Formats: sequence, C-alpha cells, structure tokens
Amino acid sequence: MSDRLKLDRRHGQHLFREMLRIRAFEAKCVELYQAQKIRGFLHLYDGEEAVAVGIMSALDERDSVVTTYRDHGHAIARGVGMGPIMAEMFGKQEGCSRGRGGSMHIFDRQTRFLGGNAIVGGGLPLAVGTALADQQLRPGAVTACFFGEGAAGEGEFHESMNLASLWKLPVLFVCENNLYAMGVPIELAEADTEIFHKAQAYRIPGEQVDGMNPVAVEFAARRAVESIRAGGGPYFLECRTYRFRAHSMFDAQQYRTRDEIAQWKERDPLARMQAWLLDSHLMSDAELEAIKAEIDREVEAAVAFAEAGTWESEADLERFVQMSEVPQ
Amino acid sequence: MTDAAPIRMTYREACRQAIRDALARDPRCFVMGEDVGLYGGCYAVTKGLLEEFGPERIRDMPLAESVIAGAGIGAAIGGLRPIVEIMTCNFSLLALDQIMNNAATIPHMSGGQFAVPVVIRMATGGGRQLAAQHSHSLEGWYAHIPGLTVLAPGTIEDARYMLAAALDDPNPALIFEHIVLYNAEGELDPAVTSVDIRSARVRRAGGDVTILTYGNSLPKSLAAADVLASEGIEAEVIDLRVLRPLDTATIFASVGRTRRCIIVDEGWKSGSISAEIAARLAEDLFFELDAPIRRICSREVPIPYAAHMEEAALPRTADIIDAARGLVRPA
Repeated sequence: MSDRLKLDRRHGQHLFREMLRIRAFEAKCVELYQAQKIRGFLHLYDGEEAVAVGIMSALDERDSVVTTYRDHGHAIARGVGMGPIMAEMFGKQEGCSRGRGGSMHIFDRQTRFLGGNAIVGGGLPLAVGTALADQQLRPGAVTACFFGEGAAGEGEFHESMNLASLWKLPVLFVCENNLYAMGVPIELAEADTEIFHKAQAYRIPGEQVDGMNPVAVEFAARRAVESIRAGGGPYFLECRTYRFRAHSMFDAQQYRTRDEIAQWKERDPLARMQAWLLDSHLMSDAELEAIKAEIDREVEAAVAFAEAGTWESEADLERFVQMSEVPQ
Repeated sequence: MTDAAPIRMTYREACRQAIRDALARDPRCFVMGEDVGLYGGCYAVTKGLLEEFGPERIRDMPLAESVIAGAGIGAAIGGLRPIVEIMTCNFSLLALDQIMNNAATIPHMSGGQFAVPVVIRMATGGGRQLAAQHSHSLEGWYAHIPGLTVLAPGTIEDARYMLAAALDDPNPALIFEHIVLYNAEGELDPAVTSVDIRSARVRRAGGDVTILTYGNSLPKSLAAADVLASEGIEAEVIDLRVLRPLDTATIFASVGRTRRCIIVDEGWKSGSISAEIAARLAEDLFFELDAPIRRICSREVPIPYAAHMEEAALPRTADIIDAARGLVRPA
C-alpha cells in the first residue's frame, strides 16, 4: 500500500485549493451563462469536486483522462488552464478546442485530456483503446475514465468493462454516482444500485468510496493506480457523490427535493475540508484568505483571457475535418 | 530488372496479403475483430495469420462491436495502428456511435489536437442469399459523414494496396470489401506497388455514356459495357474507388465528354451515394448533360432470401444495358 499520501499542510491545502478552484470557476460560469457569454449546454460540477481532485492527485503526466460532458472539474484538476477552458466556453479560437467544442468538449493534448464526451457511455470504449495503446507503448501509464452511474446502463459500459478485464488493460474506471441520470433516480434505472457490484461481475477489483471526501478518494485512487501500474489490470471506483446544482441550466429539478439537496450540502467537500484544515491548524485564516484571493484572480484572469479572445474565421470551418498529420 | 510476370490471386488473397504486409512493416499495426484469429476470419481473409503473427497482432474480440470500434479508435489515438475488422457492415450499426461521434468527430471537435488514424474494414453487400439483416450496402451511408474516408476496393489491385494507403493516412478510413468479390480472381501488375485513396479510375474508356460505379457493381457494369459494345455503344466505366471524398474531377471530365451518365450503386436508391453524385452533376455539369441521369440501385426493400427475389432486388446488368440504350438511342 502506498505511503505516498501524506496529509500534511501542503497537501491538505492543495486538495482544498484545487476543489475551490473548481467551485469558483463553476460559479463564474453561472454568471457568464446568464450574461449569455456561455451558450448551449452547461453542466456544473458543484458538490462533486472531491472526486476529480482526489483522482487526479493519484495520476501523473504519463496518464490519460477520458470524461463526460460534466468535464470542467476534471479539466481544471488535470491541469488544463482556466483561460483556455473559459475561452473554449466563450467559443473563442484561443479555447482549448478552438471554440469548436464548447463546455462539453474540453480536449487538451498536453495533459492527455481526451474530452469531454457528450454521448453517455461513449468515452468508455475510447478509454479502453488508449489503455491498450499504453499497455504496448507506455507500460505503467493509466487511463482514468470518468462516467456517471447512468452510463452503467449503456451497453458500451459492459462491453468496455469486459474487454478491459479480459485483456488486463490499465483503465481506472471512476463511476461518479450522483444518484440521478438527468432526472431519473438510480432506483428507477438500476436493478442493482450498488454500481461497484458490476465490477465484480467482470472480475475487476472495485470499491465504493465516499466521493464527498477528497482524502478518501485520493487514498482509494492511489491504491487503485498502484495496482494498475503494476500490471494488475483495471480497477473500479464507485464514488458516491451528489451534484448541488441542476443537471444543466435547463433543469427545473422537479425530480428531487430541496431537503435532499440541503442534506447533501451538509457534506459539502469544500466546507468540510476548510473546517478540518482550520481546526487542525493545517491552514490559517490568513492562508485561507490568500488562497481565495489568488483563485479569484485566476478566475478573473481566465475571464479576461476569454473576453480578449478572437473568433475563428468562417473560412476555417473545414479545417481539421481531415488531418494532414497525426499531431499527438 | 526483368519484367516480372503478373501475379494471379483472388480478391480475398489480396486482402490477406495487404494485412500481412502491414503487420510485417509496422509493429504498431495489429488486427482486431470477431473471429479473425482462431476461426481464420468469417470470409477467410485472415486465415493463417494468427499462426504467423501471434495473438497480440491478430486479436480475437468478444462480440461487442461498440468496444471493438471504440477501442480501435482509442488505440489509434494512443499511437497504435489498428486494423479493426467489423465482420460485416450489417453489424457496424452497433459501432456507429463510436465511428461517427468519436472517429469522425474528434479531430475537428478537438480543434485539431488529436488525429484518429484508425482503419476499419467491413464486408458489405448482397448476393449470397443471406437475407435482409446480412445483405446491406451501407458504404453510401457512411460516405455522408464528414471526417471519414470511405473506400470501396472493386479490383484485386485496390484490395491489395488500398489498406496500406489507408494506414498511412492520418484520418479514419473505412474499407468496404464486397462479399461477392472475395472469390474474384485476377492479375496484379507487379509494377504497381501502391495506390492512392483519392481518385476514381477509368476502367474502360468509351465516348457514348459514362457508367459510374463501385464494388460489386463494377463487374456488372463492365459486363454491361461488353454487351453494349457489340451494339455499337461505347460505355466508359469509371470505378469510383473512393466514396468520400468523391473524385468529382474525374467524374466531371468523363460526363462532360460523354454527356450521358448512369450511376450503378448497390445501396437503396433514396438518399444513396448515387443520389449525391447525381445532385453534383445537376449542380455543376447541368449544361453539359444531353440526357437525364439514370440510377441503377437496389430496390427499396429489405433484401430477400429467395434467389430470384434477391436478384430482382439488387442492381442488374440487364438494367444497366437497358438504361444505356435508352440514353444513347432514345426511342
């Protein structure tokens, strides 16, 4: 078992800061969406920050990330710059995907961030493929594949889990179980609501993790990643979490009660981490204020970068439909 | 260097040899598909290759088209050069999301950050009494999708060399091998060691009418041209070879000269690749045409099992001949 997870002052504040970066970014997105700077679909990650941050803390630059349309948190935690992400959401060509993708399709070659996939379950076969390439070309590298519990209904989930297990592919399957697939609660969609049981059916080691606790997530992730890197094949983490906001900006949230949301907010990973760090004297009030101020500046800079960005020329519409080379 | 004698082989053997070359040449290359290994390939294309290259290079897959295609796409993004085999285009519908929403889309949608250099081979077509769910011709459907290169080798030479060109290309390519063509035998010109995947080819020159076609409709068109020649009608038969992107330059040059055009396409007529070509001719060559465009396609029915009904449903050589007579010598 890895002894690399040292929950000291530095690391504790790192986890907190990363989650706060995501929370602050998402809050700004709401503002900008209402101001119609961001358009289309916007799926926010509030409440789930501990999952992205905990998992990314266990990965390194060798690894790849595949995620869903609720991808801002993963991108930020992975190290994709807030500026390019925000510019992408504005549709500017300085965005990480040249404004081609928008909120749901963050791609970043530098950090091996493979989207940003809008088809539920559609990223899993892709992740199995990158893991296959890693197995041959970059042994030790891992593909972290994020998806919601809704994806466990898709055939592609089952095909991907089976193949990853059969071929012992280095995939870390991360199920972000936030209990609702848009507006369908898990009890109406799954015969077995303990999603990690499905891993057992494919002989993939799996566990359920408290997805509201970044330390728990990171601890589980490190153990999983170590196992995968050593050739142990895929691993499955079901992170039980909750999204505080609606599915997207168009959701009237008729499928859940305010009470339920309030209850889950008592387990807000950010509030709890902040309280714990302060109480344990791993963070001072001054450090907290400094972190907040720094993040505010980072978010403002990202917005300024996006505002100053430029529109891709219509003349370039067909550029990259087909590629003249393999850039990656 | 002395002239080598032409090499005789079947279309199937040409496909196999292409795969062998690819695996021998590039360690990143491997085949993944259902029954490609132990079974030897549903159409025996990969027969013997498991013994020759081993299970890491010839990978038998579970019956799971979505992950077969998707993992191939991911592996290609990750630096390998997979030759994905979807047993037939009929099963590819299960892989359509991966092909359309990932392979065809990721390069553009990511702003050019990732190419998807995957090659997906599929058997296609009808004529073996396999009934409706095993007799589709979907290459025209796939040719609708921007981002894909869609190839239809209709000759031994193209079966032999299109794969290499597709593997060298950074874009996702689909190769449609017609099931009736697998047994076709022909000669390879030893002087030809590669082909492009951009151009249509004139397979038979003629001045009276242009027949545009591909795949298993090519031999039907050539047979029709022979009959027409005995009646004094010289048909120019063009093998489209590449359904996306279409080689409109070659098409227009021919039809611009003959001024009459028949398109033979095994897809269902409505919304087919023949419809696309006809539209382009109407848009860009309208004033060169001396007669309406004629299309010989599959009848708009699920392809039936009974031999005479299947024959009636698929493009017929007799119909190509009639169409040509009607255009060149209207009553």
